[in-house]
Amino acid sequence: MTATATIPTSDVDPFSHEVLEDPLAMHAALREAGPVVHLARYDVYAMARYAEVHAALVDWQGFQSAAGVGMSNFRYEEPWRPPSLLLEADPPRHDAPRRVLQKVLGPRALRRLSERWRADAEALVDEVLATRTEFDAVPVLTSAFPLRVFPDAVGLGPEGRENLLPYGDHAFNAFGPSNDLVARGAPRVAELSGWVAAQCRREALAPEGFGADIWAASDRGEITPEMAPLVVRSLLTAGVDTTVHGLSAVLYAFATHPDQWARLRSDPSLARVAFDEAVRWESPVQTFFRTATTDVRIGDAVVPEGRKILMFLAAANRDPRRWADPDAFDLSRDPSGHVGFGMGIHQCVGQHVARLEAESLLTALARRVRTIELAGPTVRHHNNTLRAWESIPVRTTPA
Amino acid sequence: MTATAPPATDVATLRVVGKQVRADGVLTLDLAAPSGGRLRDWTPGSHVDLVLPNGLTRQYSLCGDRFDPATYRVGVLLEPDGRGGSAYVHHELAVGDVVGVGGPRNNFPLVPSESYLFVAGGIGITPLLPMVRQAAVLGADWRLLYGGRQRRSMAFLDELAAYGDRVLVRPQDETGLLDLAGFLGAPRAGVRVYACGPAPLLAAMEAACADWPPYTLRTERFVAVDGGAPARTTPFEVELARTGTTVTVDPGTSVLDALGRVGVEVLSSCRRGVCGNCETTVLAGRPDHRDALLDDDERAADDCMYVCVSRSRDDRLVLDL
Repeated sequence: MTATATIPTSDVDPFSHEVLEDPLAMHAALREAGPVVHLARYDVYAMARYAEVHAALVDWQGFQSAAGVGMSNFRYEEPWRPPSLLLEADPPRHDAPRRVLQKVLGPRALRRLSERWRADAEALVDEVLATRTEFDAVPVLTSAFPLRVFPDAVGLGPEGRENLLPYGDHAFNAFGPSNDLVARGAPRVAELSGWVAAQCRREALAPEGFGADIWAASDRGEITPEMAPLVVRSLLTAGVDTTVHGLSAVLYAFATHPDQWARLRSDPSLARVAFDEAVRWESPVQTFFRTATTDVRIGDAVVPEGRKILMFLAAANRDPRRWADPDAFDLSRDPSGHVGFGMGIHQCVGQHVARLEAESLLTALARRVRTIELAGPTVRHHNNTLRAWESIPVRTTPA
Repeated sequence: MTATAPPATDVATLRVVGKQVRADGVLTLDLAAPSGGRLRDWTPGSHVDLVLPNGLTRQYSLCGDRFDPATYRVGVLLEPDGRGGSAYVHHELAVGDVVGVGGPRNNFPLVPSESYLFVAGGIGITPLLPMVRQAAVLGADWRLLYGGRQRRSMAFLDELAAYGDRVLVRPQDETGLLDLAGFLGAPRAGVRVYACGPAPLLAAMEAACADWPPYTLRTERFVAVDGGAPARTTPFEVELARTGTTVTVDPGTSVLDALGRVGVEVLSSCRRGVCGNCETTVLAGRPDHRDALLDDDERAADDCMYVCVSRSRDDRLVLDL
C-alpha cells in the first residue's frame, strides 16, 4: 500500500472579479501549493502544474468529460443545455462527431479558405488604416475579423450574427459557478439559444460551408441526422469568442513588446509561432474541469471517484517547471506542447481555423504597420472561463 | 493533423510484451512502450503499421481494449504464400523484441447506429472485435456472422461466446458457405453493415447489399481493389507547386517512384493504396484513383490522391509538394 498524502487546501475564489482581473498571482500560489489542491469554497480539486494538467488532459480514461467540463456535475445536475457531443462526451460516443468535425475543419478544407481570408484581412486592415492611426483594436480588428470570415465559412445567414459573441460568452461563463456573471447572461439565454438552434438546421445553412459539410457527413451516415445540428452548434459556441480573445491576446502582446513586433515584421513567417506563443502566454481559455472516473492518484494524493477537478491551463502554460522564463512573450521560444488548446482527444478541433485567422490578420498588419503601441488604458472583459479584453486602445505608425 | 493520417514519420518503438496463439495459424501480439507509458489513442477499426526488424512493413488491425492506454494488441494470420511479414511474426518475433509502430489510422470507423450487422471472414474478425465490444457497451442491437475454414482456425471464439446467440459461428467444414442473404434479411434503413475478410466474401457482401440504402455497407480490405487498367497508357506530367519542378511519369512507373527519382520523398508504407500514408493534396488535374481508401464522394472531389498507386486521367497533375 502506498501512503496517501494530505491534499493542501486553498480558500481562493478563482471566479471572483479580483482574480479574473489578474489571475497570475493565484496561478503561482496554486502551482506552489502542490500538484493538486482542494478549493474549499467550491469543494472541488484543482491542478495548476504543467505535468499534472497535461497528464490529466490526455488521460480520458481516468478524467472524463461527459460529466461536464464546467463546475456543474452532470451526474447530479441538469445541464443548462443539451450537452455538447464533443466537449462534454467521452469515447465511444465522442468518436464519430470528433472524426467528422476534425475532417470538416482539417487542413485540406482550410487550404480552400486561406486565399480568401488573406484577402479579407488585407481589406479589413486597409479599411481601418485608411481613416485613422489610433483605434481600439478589439472592436475594429480582433472581433471584426473573426466575425467577418467565420460565420461565412460556416454558412450562416446574414441576420442575427451579433448574437454569436453573447451566446459564446454565456456558454463559457456557464462552465464556472453560478455567480453574477452567469446571472447577468441568464435573461437572454432562451432567446440566444433559440437563435443558435435555428441556425444549426440544414435549411438555415448555406449550401457550401462547414455547416453544410457537417450535414453532408450525416447523409453519408458518419454521424446521425440528430447529431448534425449539435455538431454545428459546437462551431458556433466554441469558434467565435475564443478566436476573438486569441487575436486580442496576440495584438496586446505585440503592443506591449515592440521588439517582438519588429521581429515579426522582419520575418512574417513567424506569424503562426507568434499566435501559439500568445495562446500559451495569455491562455484565452483559462480552465476546464474534468471528473475523476475512479480514485485517481495525482502525485502522492488521491482524488476520489466522481469528484470535479479544475485544470488551470493558463497556470500550466506558465509553469516554470516546464517553461524557461515563462512570463516572457518571446517569438524565439518553441511554444509547442502548450495546453492553451487543450491536449489529447478533446484538443481544440478548430485550432487550425484559429491559426489561419491569426496568420491572415498578423500578416496583413505586419505589412502595413511599422509600430504598434498602447494608446491608453486597456480594459479587461471578465468571463468565468475566458481571459479576454474589452478594449485595447492602440497607436500605429504606417509602414 | 488530418482525420485519417497522423504524421507517418512518427513511428513509435514498441516492445513485444505478449505473444499468444489464438487458433491454428493465428496469434496475437501485445505491444507496449518500453517506458510503459500511454500509447496514441485509437478507435475501433484502426490499424497500425508494424515495421518489423527484418525491414518489412505490414498493416494489422488493432483488436485489443482501447480503455487500456498502455497496450496495443494485433492479430496476425500466418500466410504461407505471403511476402514474409506474417511468417516473420509467427516464427521469428519474440517477446522482448522491439518493433516500429506507425499510426494508428482508421479507414474503417464505426459510425453511430442503433443497429449493426457484422460479417467476419477468418482473420477479418480482428477489426470487428473492438466494434462488437463497443456496440455491446453502447447497448446497440447487433449480431455477428463469423465464418472460417474450420473451427480450430477461428480466433477469439472464447471471448465471443460470452455474447451468446448474438454471435453466429459458421465454420465452412461444418456448415458450408455463409448464408449472407439469410443473415442480412430484407433491405431496410437504420442498419449499418460492417464486413471484413477475404476479397470473395467482400464481393459477395457488396452483391448482397446492392438493394440496401446507400452507405449501409462498410468494408475494409487489406488487399487493394483491382481497379482495372489505368485510365491512360501514355505518360503524364506531375507539376510540384511548391518548387515548380515538373516530373514525367511513364506508364510503368508509380507517381511515388517518379517523385523519388527527382529527390522528392513522400512518406509511404504499403505501396498498395491501403495504408493512407502517402496522401498528397491535388491542386489541379483529375487523378486516376486506384486506392482502397477514398469513397466515391472523396474520389469525385479530386483534391487528394495516394501517389503510391493512383495515377492521372489528365495530361498534367499539379500536386501540393
